[in-house]
Order: sequence, then C-alpha cells, then structure tokens
Amino acid sequence: MEHFDLSLIDWSRAQFALTALYHWLFVPLTLGITFFLAITETIYVKTGKPEWKKITKFWMTLFGINFAIGVATGIILEFQFGTNWSNYSWFVGDIFGAPLAIEGIMAFFMESVFIAIMFFGWDKVSKGFHLTATWLTAIGSNLSALWILVANGWMQNPVGMVFNPEKARMEMHDFWAVLFNPNAINKFLHVIYSSYILAAIFVVGISAWYLLRKRDIVVAKKSILVASIFGLIFSILTITTGDESARQVAKSQPMKLAAMEGLYYGSTHAPLVAIGVMNGKPTMGEKPSTDFNMNLKFEIPNLLSILAFHQSDAFVPGVHDLVHGNKEQGIISYQEKIDRGNIARKVLVDYKAAKDIGDKETTKALLAKFNDKDWIANYFRYFGYSYFKDPHDIIPDISTTFYSFHLMVLAGGYILLVFIILLFLVYKNQLENRKWILWFTILAMPLAYLAQESGWIVAEMGRQPWVIQDLMPTMAAVSNINTASVQITFGLFFIVFAALLIAEIKIMITQIKLGPNKGGN
Amino acid sequence: MFESFDYSTLQHYWFAIDALLAAFLVFLLFVQGGQMLIYKIGKTEMEQSMIVNTIGRKWELTFTVLVTFGGAFFASFPLFYSTSFGGAYWVWMIILFSFILQAVSYEFRSKPNNFLGKKTYDTFLFINGLIATLFLGTAVATFFTGSPFHLNGMNHSFWDNSYRGLGLALNFTRYDTYINLSLGLAVFFLSRVLANMYFLNSIDDNNIGKRARISMMKNAIPFVFFFLFFLINVLLIKGYALNPTTKVISLESFKYWHNLVDMPIVFILLVLGVLMVLMSIARVYFKFDKCKERGIWLGGIGTILVVFSLVLMAGFNDTAFYPSYTNLQSSLTIYNSSSSEYTLVAMSYVSIMIPFVLAYVWYVWKSINNKKIDADEMNGGTHAY
Repeated sequence: MEHFDLSLIDWSRAQFALTALYHWLFVPLTLGITFFLAITETIYVKTGKPEWKKITKFWMTLFGINFAIGVATGIILEFQFGTNWSNYSWFVGDIFGAPLAIEGIMAFFMESVFIAIMFFGWDKVSKGFHLTATWLTAIGSNLSALWILVANGWMQNPVGMVFNPEKARMEMHDFWAVLFNPNAINKFLHVIYSSYILAAIFVVGISAWYLLRKRDIVVAKKSILVASIFGLIFSILTITTGDESARQVAKSQPMKLAAMEGLYYGSTHAPLVAIGVMNGKPTMGEKPSTDFNMNLKFEIPNLLSILAFHQSDAFVPGVHDLVHGNKEQGIISYQEKIDRGNIARKVLVDYKAAKDIGDKETTKALLAKFNDKDWIANYFRYFGYSYFKDPHDIIPDISTTFYSFHLMVLAGGYILLVFIILLFLVYKNQLENRKWILWFTILAMPLAYLAQESGWIVAEMGRQPWVIQDLMPTMAAVSNINTASVQITFGLFFIVFAALLIAEIKIMITQIKLGPNKGGN
Repeated sequence: MFESFDYSTLQHYWFAIDALLAAFLVFLLFVQGGQMLIYKIGKTEMEQSMIVNTIGRKWELTFTVLVTFGGAFFASFPLFYSTSFGGAYWVWMIILFSFILQAVSYEFRSKPNNFLGKKTYDTFLFINGLIATLFLGTAVATFFTGSPFHLNGMNHSFWDNSYRGLGLALNFTRYDTYINLSLGLAVFFLSRVLANMYFLNSIDDNNIGKRARISMMKNAIPFVFFFLFFLINVLLIKGYALNPTTKVISLESFKYWHNLVDMPIVFILLVLGVLMVLMSIARVYFKFDKCKERGIWLGGIGTILVVFSLVLMAGFNDTAFYPSYTNLQSSLTIYNSSSSEYTLVAMSYVSIMIPFVLAYVWYVWKSINNKKIDADEMNGGTHAY
C-alpha cells in the first residue's frame, strides 16, 4: 500500500478548487454573451439600425473585461494537471490529453484569432466579415467548453479505454466512445445552456438597473427583450438536460445521487426532497449514523424514483445500501469491491514481478487476465477501491453536495420565473412601471453566479473520493511534491485572484455607470 | 491514412508538431519582448499607447500557442508532461503566474477606476516579458543538459532535489547551468530584437522607428553572443543517446553534433535559420529605409527554423529529449514517453486541421495589420488598450 500525505492532498485539492471556481466566475458569461453579441450584431447587419451597433459594442466592452480574466485563469487549470496532479496525468494522459490538445487546435485558436477582429476590426473589415468573426468567436469559445467537458465527462464515467499493464496506465481504445460518452454530451449541453442563462441574466440585470435609473432606456429595453427570450429558451433546455443528468448520475455515480438528495436508506417510490435542513453532518471518513436525517424537509412523493429511473416504483439506493450492499437489489458492498480491487492489484504487482525476473510463463498467464472481459468487468473495474481500507472512506461530503444541489435548483427556478415575468411585462409594455420586478431581476445576478458555482461543487465534490470514478482515487493522483510548495502557490493564487477580482468589479461597475454612450470601447 | 504509419513514425510526427509549436511560441514571444520595451521605446503617453496596442493585438495568439503547446505535449508525450510539470514545479508556476498577470493587464491598464493603476499593469507586462522569455528559454535548454529526476516502476516521477527546477538556473556549481542560462538569455534578447522589428513593421511613427532601430541592434549583440555560447557548448557536450536495440541510455560525446551530421535536413534548416536571423538584423539596421518593415518576416521565419531544428536535434536520431542527469535510465525518449499508437493516430487526424488554422491566423493577421497603427487610430473610436 502506498503512503499518502493527507495534507498534500488537501492543499492540492484546495488549490484546484480555488482556481476552478474562480475560473468559472468568468467563463459562463463568455460562453453566453458571445452568442448574445452575435445575435444583436446580426440584427444590426440585417436592419442597419445604428442603435443595435451601439448595443453590441456596449456589451462587447463588458465582455472584454470579463474575457481577459477568464483566459488568464484557464491556463492555470490546464497546466495544473501536470504540476499538481502528475500521477493522474500519466495514468490517464493517453485519453485525457487528447481532448485538451484538440481544444487548443480547434477551439482556442478560433476564439482568440477572431476575437481580435471583433474588437479591432469594426473599421478594418467588411460588415459581413466582422459578423462572421463574432459568430466564430462564439462558436470557438463554446467548442472549447465541449472538449474540456468531454475530458471531465470521462472522469465521471470512464469509457472507451483499456488498461495497459506494461505501462501502468489507461489507454484510449475507442475515440468515439470517449467523445460521445453520454455523460460528456449531456454535461456539455447542461453547462453551455446554463451559461447562456447567466449571460442573459447579466444583460437583463444591468438593463434593469438602467430602467430603475431611468437612463439609456432604448438600449436597456431592447437588450431585455433579446436576452429574456434567449434566457427563457435556455432555462427550459437547462431543465431538460439537468433531468437527463440526474438519470446518468443514478446510473454511473449512484453515491453522488444519494448525496445530492441526502438519501441514507434507499427505497422504491423514493421521494424527492425539495427543501431540507440536514441533521448532523456525516462527512467523508466519519461513520454515518442513523440520525442522518432531515430536521426539516419538504418532500414530493415518488419523484426521485421517477427522475432517476423514469419509474415511480424504481429502487433508488441510499448511502447505506451502497456502502453495505443490498443483496435484494443486487448491490455489491464497498468491502466486497475493496476485496476485488485488491485481487486486481495483486495480479498487476505479480505481473510486474514476474516480468522483472523473466518468468515468461507467469507473465503470459497474468497478462491474459487483462484481456479477459469477465475479469475486467468483475475485478479490474474495482481497481481504485484497492487504495482504501475502510468502506466509509468512500463517501463524499454529503451535506456540501446536498446543499449545493438544492441551492442550484432553487436559484434556477427563481431565474426561470424572472424571465417569464419579464417577457410578460415586455409584452404588456409595462416593464418600466413595475419597479419590484426590476429589483428582482437585479437580485437574480448573484443567484445566477451562485447556481453556476454550486453546480460544479455538486459535480466535483459529489464524486469524491474519486478523481476517475472507481479507477483512481484523488489521493493517488497528486504530484510528489512537498506540501509547503502547494501552500505557497495557494496563497499566491489567493492574493492575485483577490486583487484581480477587485479590479475587475471596479472596472465593470465604472463601465456600467458610464453606460453605452460614454463607456470605453 | 495514419493507421498505415508505424508507431515510430507517429512518434516522430508528433514530436515534430510539438517542435513546430515550440518554434512558433518562441517567435511570438516578440509580444513579451515588446512588453519590456514600452517605456524604452515610447517616451510620450501616445507613443506608449501605440506600442501597447500594437503588441496587444497579438498577445492572445502567443498565449494560445503556449496553451496548445501544453495540450499537444500532454496528448502526445504524457510522461513528459507529468514529469516536467510535476517536477520542475516552481519553474512552471512562476511562468504561469506571469501569464495570469499579462492576460489581464492589456484590458485593464487604461480603463478608468482600475484599482491598481496603469503603471502597475505595465509593470505586470514587463514582469511577464522578463520571466516568460528567460524561463522558457532556460527550460528548453534542459532538453540538452538534463534534469534531476527518476521514475518508479509505475512511471510515477520524482524530482531529485528540493529546488523544483529552480536549481537548473541557479546552481552555479554546475557548468550546465551556464548553458541553460545562455539559452534563456538568448531568447530574452531575441524577443526584444523581434519586438523592435515588429514595431518597425506595424507602427507609423518616426520617433518610435528611430529608437526601435537602435534598440534592435543593442539587443542583437548580446543575443548573438549568448546564442553562440549555447550552440557551441551543446555541440561539444556529451549527449544522452539511446541504444535502439537494448533501449539503454548512455552518454555519448558530441552527440548533438552527430545528430546534425546524421540528419542533414535538420542541419540545413538550422544554418538557414541562423543566417536568416542574422541577415534580418543586418538589413534592418544598415538598409533601414528599404528593409525596416520586412525584418520581422525574415527574422521571424529564421527564428522558427532555428527553434524547430534545435528541438528536433534534441529528440530525433535516438536521443533522449528530456534526459535525467541523476538517473540516466529514467530519461525520456519519444518512444518511452509517448501516448499509445491508437491515441497518436486519432490525434494525427486532428492535426490535419493545423494548416487550416494557420491559414485563418494568417488571413486575420493580414486584415488587422493592413493599416499601420498611428496616433489617429489611437484617438479614434476603436477599442484601445
């Protein structure tokens, strides 16, 4: 058994969490507002009305401020796989590296090259070419989301690979299976659709402020019209992809689903907890007790079973069923998985030893196991469990997952309602008189950001302790560095990020106050 | 198509693509070079503004090439990625920090109420210019001089000293450190030479032009000195040779010189590249009026050829391209550090897109640069940094 430095793991995780969550403050707006700009610029080119150019240029200025910091933080995430998770990079680099490289070649260039035309090309290229560049920037930034989410989807549901015992790593076996991994596709759609919502909220929120201040009325009303339609469409699509996500999580990461819903004992006709306050905080490493229930909860009967399996009488396993097994439902206990993982590990170790001493017969016999589908399906797939001794160590932080999930859903519901009311009032031409909805719209801005961050916390905390589901625990993925180095870089990131966030917010607010008529270009 | 290639061909193909990305990266470091010259070449606020906006329209390209270089190496040689990035932790982290500072500085520097003030953002640009050129150059030199690491049976890498890569530039008791630093300094001065050439190509301003010409020559002299120091040393040192049958790595005298002799095309590219860079410097300086605008192309293509051939010299012809000087047999070659054949084939199909990418990069470059930057444009309504 390898020795793991727990503080190194915690600091490495903290650093990745900090950089990823910070990066995600800026990316959703980029993903969504580029399409919004493409739409408003298209209207400008089609109608020739200068106010649409003004609208496009104004939101483009705000986008530019946001874009730079998103790019700046993106580079750290990519290189951090190498600097802080080097064992991970080796173990799965054969699969994980490819989408990252494709992202660079296909998407980043498109985005970064055409963005120059978008900002600097107004008077240098034709209207048509400029519009094409704006669309290509939007497509480029969304394509980059596709590839990184293909990579992330693979970590949640590893497919299309075989293990190479010789090199001690996973190797790609089917590129299309990796690309069309249902988790990846659905995750991509859920992420981009929800990002479009955030961008729409950003636009309507700022426009609502202009209406409250009774200034820049034309820009604000037109922006609200386009952004609300855009936002409402993608709110509905986000709900459908979210629904599909739940089904996929139920299939490939049942523990994550149990954590999202705070479900300790599984059942058929499982209810969905709409709102709940947890009693006690069973976290990873602690043994959950039977009082792991809600103090306060509002449940919708049968809904969890329906969401997860489309059947009201379907059995949804809880934390207890997954840890201790449930024979009736055919669920293997974690202890059994640990035992099978250890058997798989022993085969690998014996194989290496036999090879080292040149025992060809044993080498051949053991190598054959790695080509035996049954053995792979029943033993090797639990390889990652061999890193654990106690089954209770294989439980994520349940309260964090539960609250993040519920926060995301509630904020999403609030935002959907805002779009519906806004469009209704725009239709009735009564928007400016209803101050309350303008205030509610402004309130939706922080909620949209909160929902985005919570979504990622659910996805990433809910799958712990795995970095690659069932195959590699997070603790086995870290680089062999000293904790102090990571502590120092964490501190530096924190200081730099804080300073840049203050700068970004100050600049953004100043530009918003200056408005479409006086702002910088 | 790519399925018919054998594994070794694919490994060579991908190493060449990574080398090409490295070559473009070094050329595009003229952006970083320019970031160090804002106040040297620009004496008035308008001149500084023109300089920042000239290089500012290219910073994303350099950034993207760096990111793609990382991604491509990750995909094609993951063991290099995990060993170098996880090992030389501090070198890479310092480089990354400097790029974070760079990315925001252009957009933020002249915006009102920007919290840290214009001077601070310009200082960030200077820091990025200094670190990116010096550190990346020094890091590339370790492809020839080696790093202290070893691998275990599971291919997990361990760095063999606590300096996390900084020792490669600061341990002055090793002669290799001077070789490493000489390439770092060569890249540092070269980026400033190219930046001056780019100013001459893209800014319509006499004062800037005059200063750029002199500054180019002042940087060209130390560049030539450090580059020759590096090149001569590398051709004379023992290199890390791979025995293709036994797979054993050993030190071979004049290995890199042998590589040039064994690979005449690489030799020719290197010589051609060096001549082009030298010629571009001479022509811009001595035939200023006629050649000032074209220097960046001659010098730029020369730079690409030099870096491309140097990286091939480090990894082709059975050479360990990321050698370990503490544990010879842990050294990385294109054979033992690459992705699987399947992944390389899949990635090779993706590589077909590279010419298209180059084509639109070129097309957009032309349409943005079709008119030189001047004071009028800075005063106009266009987006400005």
